[in-house]
Amino acid sequence: MACAATVALAAPVCAQNDVKSYEVRGDAIPQSLTGTTGDPTRGREIVTNRFVGLCMLCHTGPFPDVPQQGTLAPDLKGAGTRWSVAQLRMRIVDSSRVVPDTIMPAYYRTDHLQRVAPQFRGKPVLTAEQIEDVVAFLATLKEN
Amino acid sequence: MSPMRCAALLAGLLIVASAIAGASEDLPREKQRSSYDDMAPATRAMQDADTDNPGMLWVLDGEALWRAKTGSAARACADCHGDAKQSMAGVAARYPAFDAKRGGPVTLEGRINACRVENQNAQTLAYESRELLALSAYLALQSRGKPIAIDEKKLGETIAAGRDIFRQRQGQLNLSCAQCHDQHYGGKLAGNTIPQGHPNGYPLYRLEWQTLGSLQRRLRNCLTGIRAENHAYGSRELIALETYLMWRARGMSMESPAVRP
Repeated sequence: MACAATVALAAPVCAQNDVKSYEVRGDAIPQSLTGTTGDPTRGREIVTNRFVGLCMLCHTGPFPDVPQQGTLAPDLKGAGTRWSVAQLRMRIVDSSRVVPDTIMPAYYRTDHLQRVAPQFRGKPVLTAEQIEDVVAFLATLKEN
Repeated sequence: MSPMRCAALLAGLLIVASAIAGASEDLPREKQRSSYDDMAPATRAMQDADTDNPGMLWVLDGEALWRAKTGSAARACADCHGDAKQSMAGVAARYPAFDAKRGGPVTLEGRINACRVENQNAQTLAYESRELLALSAYLALQSRGKPIAIDEKKLGETIAAGRDIFRQRQGQLNLSCAQCHDQHYGGKLAGNTIPQGHPNGYPLYRLEWQTLGSLQRRLRNCLTGIRAENHAYGSRELIALETYLMWRARGMSMESPAVRP
């Protein structure tokens, strides 16, 4: 397993297949995974698509056009007020680093998983680009 | 980060994972709830009236198969077992059972197939084949209303193995059966109420399938949903999970052939 270079006071995460390394500071990932800011319009598509983002399977959100929302996880309404962009990124990349026993899957991690189906093995749930789009969209959810 | 810190982080994660797995307990008897209780009135009505319950079509086929001579022995189930209404009353509620000859668990489908091979000189029937579903539905009907009673003394090891699988986080979505069906039942997953996951009505007619199906088909659906590697029909793992789930549903009333959304 290749490990990223260290930065003082930070906890870099080992790179995995299809997953680039990133640096964690506290409960946040300050740097974009792609080096650029995501597109909130594409992010909305991902969040509300139950086969891509999967978010609405468990979460409720301020999306009247999305039927059959979940009730297992916090309402996404106001997520952009509750969390900074860097905190949102951490929670999507690997929320278990913030809440160890969370049911939320890590969207950008391919290790410490068991019995992954062959077609998903070594692949994160979302790509770095998709995660940046989702982060950009969630940051726009300011209404509480 | 040094390789040592990587290893330390890994070890830490494993400790957390095992602590979570050890924390959960079996669903208490007093909290057991059949998914029937969460169904819409129209779906309940479909299950309740034999004339409307689509599963009864498989039962009728199963009754015909029970009486039909089959295999090179030209022997019908009824030739040895007589009237299933008497000989098979309450039997399916005790499956998976302990098979002394094999020294392990045998499912209802496994028993039907063993009987075919050993006593009828017939071929085994595939899981989800019309014939196996029909025979298992016919047998399960003879336990309708009977309490589930698994032999926990003889099947203790199998129940424990099934419990381990039930609690193992797996797949790309990293979920265990227990996280949904022990810890979040009653919540909505994509708008659908998460059931406790009791196998008290199999084989059952699932509206989503538009057909009758076995418990193992349902278990495989869930594994696909969490993007986990699947287990084969009749595998040791699915039999263990089935045995654990039937034990977890002990005392609950059989509803076969049930209807589910």
